[in-house]
Amino acid sequence: MRILVTVKFTPDLQSQRSFTDGTVTRTADDGSMNELDENAVEAALQLVEAAGEGEVYALTVGGADAVAAVRKALQLGANHAIHVNDDAVAGSDVFGTAAVLAAAIRKVHDENPLDLVITGMAALDGLTSMLPTALAAELDWSQLTLASSLEVGDGSATIVRHLPDAHETVTAPLPAVVSVTDELNKPRYPNFKLIMAARKAEVVQWSLADLGVDAATVGAGASRTTVVDASPRPPRADQQIVTDTGEGGNALAAFLIEKGLA
Amino acid sequence: MSTADNPIAVLVELRDGAVARPTLEALTLARSLGTPVAVWLGTEPDADAVAQLGEFGAAEVRVAAIGAEARYPAKAAAAIAAATEDSSLLLVVSTFLNKEIVTRLAVTTGAGVVVDAAGVEFVDGEVEAFQTVFAATWNVRTRIAGKAIVGVRPNTTTASAAEVPGAASIVPISVQLPATRETITAVEPVAPIEGVPLAEAPVVVSGGRGTGGDYALVTELAELLGGAVGASRDATDEGWISHEHMVGQTGTTVTPALYVACGISGAVHHRGGMQASGTIVAINMDPDAPIFEICDFGVVGSLFDVLPQAIEAVKAHRAN
Repeated sequence: MRILVTVKFTPDLQSQRSFTDGTVTRTADDGSMNELDENAVEAALQLVEAAGEGEVYALTVGGADAVAAVRKALQLGANHAIHVNDDAVAGSDVFGTAAVLAAAIRKVHDENPLDLVITGMAALDGLTSMLPTALAAELDWSQLTLASSLEVGDGSATIVRHLPDAHETVTAPLPAVVSVTDELNKPRYPNFKLIMAARKAEVVQWSLADLGVDAATVGAGASRTTVVDASPRPPRADQQIVTDTGEGGNALAAFLIEKGLA
Repeated sequence: MSTADNPIAVLVELRDGAVARPTLEALTLARSLGTPVAVWLGTEPDADAVAQLGEFGAAEVRVAAIGAEARYPAKAAAAIAAATEDSSLLLVVSTFLNKEIVTRLAVTTGAGVVVDAAGVEFVDGEVEAFQTVFAATWNVRTRIAGKAIVGVRPNTTTASAAEVPGAASIVPISVQLPATRETITAVEPVAPIEGVPLAEAPVVVSGGRGTGGDYALVTELAELLGGAVGASRDATDEGWISHEHMVGQTGTTVTPALYVACGISGAVHHRGGMQASGTIVAINMDPDAPIFEICDFGVVGSLFDVLPQAIEAVKAHRAN
């Protein structure tokens, strides 16, 4: 069982995030791997453990700080880490990002075929959850997205996905791109031995040239969308907090009535 | 296909066979941008649905009668592509499934996509969508070059019927559906949550750890205000209430006119799913709960004291 997990560096959700010149400003010391990607790494580790053989690759794309995401995957137990780091990738939209990830996945796959690519359901800093679909389309592999359960065997994978109107069971031949929800599993904690090993582990660095991707086809220049304005929202004005000393409910009702909400 | 001037396509969202309210909001938004044309996937619409789409301004209802094949994102995308060749802008409701569909569509048409938008307008002939991001702490405006797809969040436009109804002429769309590698082998319908769907409710009353699993008061207030019942991750993890009720970044993102958080501390994942709500009210025992940082009106106290009194006071007000 050979599985590649795509992981994303995201800023610490508790930290301040901001926009500079239309892109997200973040610093290396306040971020790690997107929390929802932990479920993807966990799914991959469990499948390899159940199969009794196999390897897990962690792949990320981004600037120098993004290496923290694949290091976290190594701490959890991934065997190999790949970091696509090229200035020309900056400002890519989801389709550009998918094209770069797909090129890196093909490079791994062509050397020794993969069974699965597993991703988180969304990135907590952007949450568009479009990447898994874009990646499956770009690779022209099976798409099994929003998996709340996942079974792999006999050259195919089967998931159950919870949509608002129905629970769907979907099956498809391998190789497949699977995105997993946080309902699928409980991610493990890194153990001390793996944390120490992850520090020294080699992270393979690839540029767009290594992947045969034309820099003009990705990055801000090729993006179909451009942020033209970004501004912090003003804090809520005229905030009222009361302490209930027997009249809290009446105060609440009065507020709702005054606002025309009750 | 059509002679509509500047056709703005709107993908119709169905709820138990009827047109869902966010679709009527999207049609209202589309009227401010051009001539709305509704795109209908699945089984043939009934006369009531068509009439309602017309009432909200749809000049045409383009029907791709692909039945249950519409559950496959790639097939739905192919049908929409065939139905929207003449349109520079497609509006859909921002749901997980629609995000998959529009991603497939954009891969084939080259369109630019913004999802989870609060609104959209034309600026110098180009589409600009606006969103709130980072748990609603920033406003962002994004320009889409060329063909555009915008996923709009429910409750961001007030639905209103058109002054002059649209003709809602039925236009059958024929489409060659692509083969997919995936096979949907079972579809187990989920019993709809009673009342208004959470994502679309104009009022959401949510209960968290502070309820101790007792949702009677939360439900009573929600019913009184015509809203839906939500919950925090803590509460769904405890098994007090089903996952369908979870408000948060991995559950349902809500943007109601009024959000009432009862016994919810306001963890970052929860705030990310509700912070863009119109008015936020919080009731919590802990004066340091983060939810108080983002609320308009807060009561430090027990929900078991505050809610019954508030419910009675609202009832008394209405009786007058």
